[in-house]
Amino acid sequence: MSVDSVAAVPRPPARTSSAPPPVLTGAEAVVRSLEMLGVTDVFGLPGGAILPVYDPLMDTSEIRHILVRHEQGAGHAAEGYAAASGRTGVAIATSGPGATNLVTAIADAYMDSVPIVAITGQVFSNLMGTDAFQEADIVGITMPITKHSFLVKDPAEIPAAIAAAYEIASTGRPGPVLVDITKDAQQAEAPFVWPPKIDLPGYRPVTKAHGKQIQAAAQLLANAKKPVLYVGGGVIRAHASEELRTLAETTKAPVVTTLMARGAFPDSHPQHLGMPGMHGTVPAVLALQEADLLIALGARFDDRVTGKAALFAPNAQVVHVDIDPAEISKIRTADVPIVGDLKEVLVDLEGAFRNAAGGGADIDEWWSFLDGLRSEFPLGYTQPSDGLMSPQYVIQRIGELTGPEGVYAAGVGQHQMWAAQFIKYERPNSWLNSGGAGTMGYAVPAAMGAKVAEPDRVVWAIDGDGCFQMTNQELATCTINEIPIKVAIINNSSLGMVRQWQTLFYDGRYSHTSLNTGHGTARIPDFVKLAEAYGCLAIRVEKEEDVDAAIQTALETNDRPVVIDFVVSADAMVWPMVPQGVSNSYIQYARDHAPAFDQEA
Amino acid sequence: MSSHVLSLLVEDKPGLLTRVAGLFARRGFNIESLAVGVTEVPGLSRITVVVDVDELPLEQVTKQLNKLVNVIKIVELEGAASVQREHMLVKVRADNASRSNVLEVVNLFRAQIVDYAPDALVAEVTGDKGKVEAFLRALEPFGIKELAQSGLLAIGRGGKSITERVLRG
Repeated sequence: MSVDSVAAVPRPPARTSSAPPPVLTGAEAVVRSLEMLGVTDVFGLPGGAILPVYDPLMDTSEIRHILVRHEQGAGHAAEGYAAASGRTGVAIATSGPGATNLVTAIADAYMDSVPIVAITGQVFSNLMGTDAFQEADIVGITMPITKHSFLVKDPAEIPAAIAAAYEIASTGRPGPVLVDITKDAQQAEAPFVWPPKIDLPGYRPVTKAHGKQIQAAAQLLANAKKPVLYVGGGVIRAHASEELRTLAETTKAPVVTTLMARGAFPDSHPQHLGMPGMHGTVPAVLALQEADLLIALGARFDDRVTGKAALFAPNAQVVHVDIDPAEISKIRTADVPIVGDLKEVLVDLEGAFRNAAGGGADIDEWWSFLDGLRSEFPLGYTQPSDGLMSPQYVIQRIGELTGPEGVYAAGVGQHQMWAAQFIKYERPNSWLNSGGAGTMGYAVPAAMGAKVAEPDRVVWAIDGDGCFQMTNQELATCTINEIPIKVAIINNSSLGMVRQWQTLFYDGRYSHTSLNTGHGTARIPDFVKLAEAYGCLAIRVEKEEDVDAAIQTALETNDRPVVIDFVVSADAMVWPMVPQGVSNSYIQYARDHAPAFDQEA
Repeated sequence: MSSHVLSLLVEDKPGLLTRVAGLFARRGFNIESLAVGVTEVPGLSRITVVVDVDELPLEQVTKQLNKLVNVIKIVELEGAASVQREHMLVKVRADNASRSNVLEVVNLFRAQIVDYAPDALVAEVTGDKGKVEAFLRALEPFGIKELAQSGLLAIGRGGKSITERVLRG
């Protein structure tokens, strides 16, 4: 097996100059290292144990530091920055609570393979372990949710630690890396040597796949009568959308894109069946279920995609391509495992398919079955009966008026699913969400990070009234720093997805899901007043005929953030739906099409 | 389930053991025994871990361990192709009446006495799991006051070394 190590950071060239390296404080070394890595934006909030780093941060002209209002916001902003641009995000926090406030965002980045580097201050090394003020073992706390972490107590080790963190975060399967630096290491001086020697003998991501496995996969694909390309977020992380498109068009196989992969393949493409999973389209869900061959591309057979895994795609052979060997055969045993970088594997696979014996089976019958499903079960929704706006309509109009060049960051819940379903994605990195972790509060800070990374794009946070209340203080950050994001609050006055499950599985007993933010309630808080207090343009929309005008106003306003409070019906539900814990064959197109759900599982 | 002996070549970094042990706990794998020590290469340690899992989860354990940045190499050591040893210190009750019988057991197992007291002896024994267990059973009737046991140590048979070919560049 050929093993290539990918270097995000240049290796040290032969030293030609004999000039001694400059002596910097550890804090200066942090900033200089980030500059040398080409980092242009960081999100953070200072505190005692990271104060030394903030001093040189004031002088750098190469790095823009954006002062957040909560460290979780810094973490999600770094994620949004990375997810929208493909570049590595950076978040900075102090020790103790500053660091623990990053934990949710780090966990989120770990689940969704987002390349971020978190830099935290740590108490003086001689105080570590003494329960010192604002001390927390953040390396220990984040061990299960980081790709790797470093505890640095020696200023001389700072450049190598930061460079290694950057390399690990951004190569192979991307993920969060933490660098925890003691305050004394920030204060002490050491020669600054760049590029530093990065020694990672145990880190060698495999990028070039085994030729025999590629041949085997191509032959299966050529023989398959009912193939499906099951596309996961790995295609986006690998920047392999173009390669995917070529493979799809050569093989003519249908394509489904998971929640994490929306945009990896154009929604307008005739071979695209939409999103699979619990709230996937009927054609996408049943295509996987009925397939005789799944080509899983950077997907990880998440339970929200497979339903009851033992009953998932029962007649399919599986080719599983991932850069992370541990994902292969974790949930579903792969008939052909392929470890490699999708950007290379997809090209190799396409070439091998062209040369494969037989040159591709006849899949017309498969397509006529799928086309039948498409015409019979298109995505759609019914108007709510309470006279309030349909949330799906609002989200669909945002997508239509903004277009595919926009960036859409969602929170978690019903609005997230509708945004995944009813906005049409045509390009990778246009859809940002918290897929694996399901972190409420992701949208506003992630949109902020995305707008910093891609200032020329329109960036929407499609948020719920519950999610919005978790992280909306970053609107202050957006206004002060001139980051004009647009926030659409899909305000159904409740924790909508939980409420939907209560409707379906708890006899409509709405235990603690009402938030009193919407129609006919006390409106605490009043989102319009709140947004105005943050210096945003604020609009409330309660009628469908006002939706377009509000969106247009938002699109035309770029001197400050915009918040639109879309007051929608609480009764709208996300359909189709596969109840948790059953076979995907039990997909329900709409509630009226469903036998009564008798299990939540 | 069955026992598997894994030998991990790791970088000797702070927190490494936490990373390895935490991974086992997090993924729900049960560690039967664990032994950590230096290798012939400075900066590299070796962890010998015995884990009780089926074949398929074992593959997951290995892959997950391999993802740890400080883990350089993992090999599974099969019984026939490796030498496997445990080490035990056992303090057994032994007075004038029983001492000679205790010594007889110790000699039979080619164990050694490493400490003497009027009412007890400390014996050390090295061997595979079966021998160590049998030794313990033989001493039990005399009264075991205390025991300390190492994790399993294992090394592959033949001339090849686990550290070969991993230290490029």
